[in-house]
Amino acid sequence: MTGNYSTAVNNLTFDTDMEYEAVIGLEVHVQLDTNSKMFTRVGTGFGKPPNPLTNPVVLGLPGALPVMNREAIEKSIKVGLLLNCKIAEVCKWDRKNYFYPDMPKNYQISQFDQPICEGGEVEIEMPGESPSEIGPHRTVQLTRIHLEEDVGKLTHYETDSLVDYNRAGCPLLEIVSEPDLFSPEEVFAYLTSLRNSLVSAEISDCDMEKGQLRCDANISVRPVGSTTLGTKVEIKNLNTISGVKNGVEYEIRRQTKVIKEGGTIIQETRRWNPEQKYTTPMRTKEMAHDYRYFPDPDLMPVKIDSEWVDRIKVEIPEKPFDKQRRYMEEMNLPYSSTSALCGDRPLCEFFEEAAKLCKVPQKIANWVVNDLLRELAQAGKEGEESRNLQNCPVTPQNLAELINLIEDGVVSNNVAKELFPEMFTSGKSAKSLVQEKGLEMKSDGDEIEGLCAQAISDDPDAAEKFRGGKEGAINALKGSVMKATRGLANPKVVDEVLRRLLSQ
Amino acid sequence: MSDHSEIFSLTGLEISQGLAEGKFSSEEVTQAFIRRIKEVDEKVHAFLSYDEDDMLEQAKSSDNRRSTGQSLGPLDGVPVCLKDVISAKGQPLTAASKILENYRSPYDATVTVKLKQAGAVVGGRLNLDEFAMGSSTENSAYGPTRNPWDLERVPGGSSGGSSAAVAARETPLTLGSDTGGSIRQPASLCGVVGMKPTYGRVSRYGLAAFASSLDQIGPFSQTVEDAAMLLETISGHDPLDSTSYPASVPGYLNALKGKLQPCKLGLPQEFFGEGMDDEVRKAIDQAIAWYKEQGYEMVEISLPTTDLSVPVYYVIATAEASSNLARYDGIRYTSRSERSENAIDVYSKTRGEGFGEEVKRRCILGAYGLSSGYYDAYYLRAQKTRTLIRNDFEKAFQEVDAILTPTSPTPAFKFGEKSEDPISMYLSDIYTISTNLAGLPGISVPCGFSENGLPIGMQLIGQAFEEEKLLAIAHAYDRELQYGRKQPNL
Repeated sequence: MTGNYSTAVNNLTFDTDMEYEAVIGLEVHVQLDTNSKMFTRVGTGFGKPPNPLTNPVVLGLPGALPVMNREAIEKSIKVGLLLNCKIAEVCKWDRKNYFYPDMPKNYQISQFDQPICEGGEVEIEMPGESPSEIGPHRTVQLTRIHLEEDVGKLTHYETDSLVDYNRAGCPLLEIVSEPDLFSPEEVFAYLTSLRNSLVSAEISDCDMEKGQLRCDANISVRPVGSTTLGTKVEIKNLNTISGVKNGVEYEIRRQTKVIKEGGTIIQETRRWNPEQKYTTPMRTKEMAHDYRYFPDPDLMPVKIDSEWVDRIKVEIPEKPFDKQRRYMEEMNLPYSSTSALCGDRPLCEFFEEAAKLCKVPQKIANWVVNDLLRELAQAGKEGEESRNLQNCPVTPQNLAELINLIEDGVVSNNVAKELFPEMFTSGKSAKSLVQEKGLEMKSDGDEIEGLCAQAISDDPDAAEKFRGGKEGAINALKGSVMKATRGLANPKVVDEVLRRLLSQ
Repeated sequence: MSDHSEIFSLTGLEISQGLAEGKFSSEEVTQAFIRRIKEVDEKVHAFLSYDEDDMLEQAKSSDNRRSTGQSLGPLDGVPVCLKDVISAKGQPLTAASKILENYRSPYDATVTVKLKQAGAVVGGRLNLDEFAMGSSTENSAYGPTRNPWDLERVPGGSSGGSSAAVAARETPLTLGSDTGGSIRQPASLCGVVGMKPTYGRVSRYGLAAFASSLDQIGPFSQTVEDAAMLLETISGHDPLDSTSYPASVPGYLNALKGKLQPCKLGLPQEFFGEGMDDEVRKAIDQAIAWYKEQGYEMVEISLPTTDLSVPVYYVIATAEASSNLARYDGIRYTSRSERSENAIDVYSKTRGEGFGEEVKRRCILGAYGLSSGYYDAYYLRAQKTRTLIRNDFEKAFQEVDAILTPTSPTPAFKFGEKSEDPISMYLSDIYTISTNLAGLPGISVPCGFSENGLPIGMQLIGQAFEEEKLLAIAHAYDRELQYGRKQPNL
């Protein structure tokens, strides 16, 4: 039934934007990158065989007790500061009770009525008219952010289910937005911006593949112009960025179709099926759990005083969009360079360090975004860790030196382009490679004059055509001069000399 | 004392002295108690299990240490047995429930670690009301413990095994847990000393939780001195328990050495009203008279909110229990119900079959009090009332140094006498519950016997983290009257 119906919805053209609009709120779960779990000293990690990252506390054995991880609180406060939230004065814990084997205690330690952060906002950027043009920005309002322990991972087989508690008890931040997003594109922009901010502040790697960032969406649809919200449906299992976009897109189409056909939306939770690309009901509002929240008597509330917050404030990095604006305004970088840079804090640090040593930051940015990223990606494909700037053979100093060699007319741009991969593989500096290989640009007038005269006499046709007004004909002459110098002749000098000789 | 056959009658400190003087070895002591268990426990049933080999091994290690001059202190070589809710690595931990029938704890509770570090011979798992829920030990899934003073009567509860084992001289020292009176009431009914420390004084890590905000581990012994020694060993801040108190522990045993200056004792008028057995009243009056003779001043005080203690307790304790016991679901522990067809079935049938009536009653009650729509009326209100109860005590302690009350309204009652009527059973903790709600330390000291030879206990309640003073006041009496040294005929 559902399958057929869903196919029909998928075949609908996406013509809903004129009469109906979607209103979307996201619940984003982010695993904090901490050394140990939320309430015990067991390490965290991904990709281990099942269940070594456990102890009596993680397994909820009789008598085991939780003890709060301060690092997780500090990271949460950091997120709150990063997103302009109000930080709670007291960090208080509640138990959320429900029976499910992914939680060995059958309750989850979470925060109910006093989340660690309230309010806040996420700045988003929608796509511009072209990739090289900046798009419109706006801020999306947040409701709250609370901290809780992650649950284990269940794998279901035909007659059995297996559980892995490695993930259980890891600190998990839930960032809840207001119903303040209005399209799948905005959802995408929101997730991208949030991810960039959290990664750049070293809160989490936010790798969706590893479950470090997970997302549930609350979606409703209403007639355009209406100010009340429609009935919301919660979509779960949106586990990839494309899954979020497709799932949200699908659900908006589904709801719009139901409403257009005179039906009503029921408040329920639905599951996104990424393979079949449709949502199916999981439970209705009537089946919703009563979680019987109450303050966890095993944990004392912890005071968050302003001194603590102030100490953390110092560690807050520049926000990616602020950085982007600074690059554009103060360093005159083109938008396209900044958009490639600003999502990646180590890359920005590399860039800024190189830019300090060079008069033309635009060129540095260009080389970082194109050549450096290309080489890093290449290295990644060949088995080394991609984008690992820590052990990158080319240092910011090396890159600045190379650009300075171009600027000072020591090497040509083309030679530099060829040199860069070699710098990357050998780790040698630009200067030493240029010297080693004799790659200095030849700007000596006499030598070039002789070569130019030779080129003209070797190819009188081209010379004739140029004199007859065919501007492009000069390129053949330039080519033979460059060939004769193995590309080392200063193209500017060659151009000047050729024009002078041809006009004589 | 030279007669080894009477080792089992000795107190912990006497054994400690005997070991130090080389009168006997820890192995001999341990063997004497094992013989005693074999002799009398068929009648008393204080023990759910004990690991003879393991105990003797520990005793031998202790003797080795002593022979090389590396004794670990007064408890080295002295047997201490544990209520079966306190984890000891490799030993069973049943909580007297079918649901944990085959479970062995893979780790030591913090108190167990501390006992082992002090050299104690830790062994013997003591009976209780299932998950510490009850006042008679009748709720054990493995059969009740009998009161050594009258085998037809209950030993009290929930730590009935811990009190009966000391009374029957099957071990000199035990640990129990007290959530609403579960140490003090059975101590009173069995004629031994039992103490609940201030909440946070002793780590709860490794104690299978009943009600987290009320549970506290504490000692049983024949004398207050022994209780002080044992409490000193198990107390102290534990980084594994967020609710444990971050302060150093005074030397409790040393504090008993000098003579205490008589001070002010409070008599709460609300505790001396109706419901108190005449013989209990008589014994308490005599204890009051004794203190007066020593120069203590008796002050009548009022704890007006304490009449709400029982209802407040049963809302808070059951709420916490409903959540704490959720983990016993058939997925990890015990065998699943054979009749289950799906996940929900596994939970409900396993728990339906694995828990006893009282545990189920309290889980249901607790879940109800936390349900949406009822939370404010029950749980939240109970917490607010709890604050009022605490304030009552704070006010009282501006006037007095300790509060003196009976521990239990009656001496030991007969099996079945109250088990059909939960409310009358709940009322047997009426004098002890408010102490847990206020988080205060309380000690039950034997203060006499009824006409038909049943022990009676008095309760002394102290200020938070002032166990030193409380023990000193209790010891002043106990040193002279020594009712806990009286031994039942078994």
